[in-house]
Amino acid sequence: MFLQKLRKGEEKFFRVVMFLSTLTIAMVLLLIIFSVLYKGLPSVSWEMLTQVPKGGFYFGKEGGILNAIIGSIYLSLGATLLAFVVGLPVALYMNVHLIRRQKLVNTIRFFLDLLWGIPSIVYGAFGFSIMIYLGLRVSLLAGIITVALFIIPIMVRSMDEVLKSVPRGLLEASLSLGSTRSEISYIVFFKQCIPGIMTAVLLSFGRAIGDAASILFTAGFTDHIPTSLSQPTATLPLSIFFQLTSPIPEVQERAYASAVVLIAFILIISILSRIFSQRFNKNKIDF
Amino acid sequence: MENNAKIEIKDLNLSIGKHHILKNINASIPSNKITVILGPSGCGKTTLLKSLNRLTELYPDVKMHGEICLDGQNILNGRHDVTQIRKRMGLLSQRPYPLPMSIYKNVTYGLRISGRKNKLFLQKRVEHYLREVNLWEEVKDRLKEPAGSLSIGQQQRLCLARGLAVDPAIILADEPTSALDPVSSQAIENMFQHLKQRYTIILVTHILRQAKRIADNVIFMYLGEVVEQGPADAVFENPSKEKTKAYLNGVFY
Repeated sequence: MFLQKLRKGEEKFFRVVMFLSTLTIAMVLLLIIFSVLYKGLPSVSWEMLTQVPKGGFYFGKEGGILNAIIGSIYLSLGATLLAFVVGLPVALYMNVHLIRRQKLVNTIRFFLDLLWGIPSIVYGAFGFSIMIYLGLRVSLLAGIITVALFIIPIMVRSMDEVLKSVPRGLLEASLSLGSTRSEISYIVFFKQCIPGIMTAVLLSFGRAIGDAASILFTAGFTDHIPTSLSQPTATLPLSIFFQLTSPIPEVQERAYASAVVLIAFILIISILSRIFSQRFNKNKIDF
Repeated sequence: MENNAKIEIKDLNLSIGKHHILKNINASIPSNKITVILGPSGCGKTTLLKSLNRLTELYPDVKMHGEICLDGQNILNGRHDVTQIRKRMGLLSQRPYPLPMSIYKNVTYGLRISGRKNKLFLQKRVEHYLREVNLWEEVKDRLKEPAGSLSIGQQQRLCLARGLAVDPAIILADEPTSALDPVSSQAIENMFQHLKQRYTIILVTHILRQAKRIADNVIFMYLGEVVEQGPADAVFENPSKEKTKAYLNGVFY
């Protein structure tokens, strides 16, 4: 009798704890979004979205952040694409070709997790030192490569987690039909995992567009929209940083407006990828 | 029986790490017959089956010695292209593993990867093999739908059709009815009876009744060794070994 009461009490206690934790997380998230919107939304204007900074923009004069918007899109898209081209083969290779080398695969996973944990400023410093070595200047290309290096571990490990869950039976069935490992990788495993792979790409894109430290030294900052890969480029996170450090209240408000733009971006990408992955989901087999 | 043996297994030993799983297997599998590999769980039946098309190579730390001769040629030596060997043996596993694509593309997958692109040809093949496994009438109007939308029993028949479409000589079936309802199981068994005219069928099962229903030839295994083998009537009616007798009488499973 007593034990039963104790168990009931325990159940109640943990339910309350879990509810409170969930509530806290949700509140924090809403608070962030709300405060950014509250401070930034009044300053969001059509001019801001369609103009590059004019003289004295950082002192509260005319202009907008189009340079940072376009720059961020170029940089994140470029880096995500590069990381995808390099990362997908790695993830597939680990899960199809190296199927009997589990120790090696686990070692690779360990190092990828290690790379995942390295702060992005270190990637920035690394990219910078490589640039100096090669005699390159700050540029869109250098930024893309550095950000790609920084998101590759994230992308590969997220894809790896999805590919890992493909049952061995599917691999055996495909092998028995006379397929080569590469055919299995790019036809069977890829198709089975499209939704998860999309999520991995999105996650990496989110990290790429939101990161400031890795591009500080490598992509630079400019008031112009880059027209080639060798030019420096502005980005939203750095634009927010520069505006927020200004003592002028108007400029600070614009920093929040830029943050609104950044959040809107991530939201749009998330929704789009949901729609797409649902469309590609129809052939996935539920094992 | 020696003359028309499709597969001859000679002194096959297989170990994974320190576990000696198959011990000195000697067996012969006659062509155009249903050979049932029978035995209690964990005796190495599935491992033996999968070593026939070298799927055991996928497991880490596997060591294999001995010979497996397919039509007189040892397929365990490195000279043979393992992809070609696997193509000659269709696999039906414990539960169906349809490919993540449409029903139509599942059947044509094997043909497409070997370069057959002619649409008319592929369409004919799809109908032919789906009829072969009695699935055509059920799916002919929904060939473009994902294979995952079929029931488990239908999926298993689709997997059989898909395997037959690459034109194998042998069908390896690893407890193919264990995930199926009785009606679908019956359908698969009936199909095997029909298919053995053109294919050599090797079926792994631990269900004694199923073995008795469809076996022409039996290999009885226990703890990684072949205890007894031969024509089904002889093994079932008049087993020569004590262990076989005990298993047939249900003393152990």
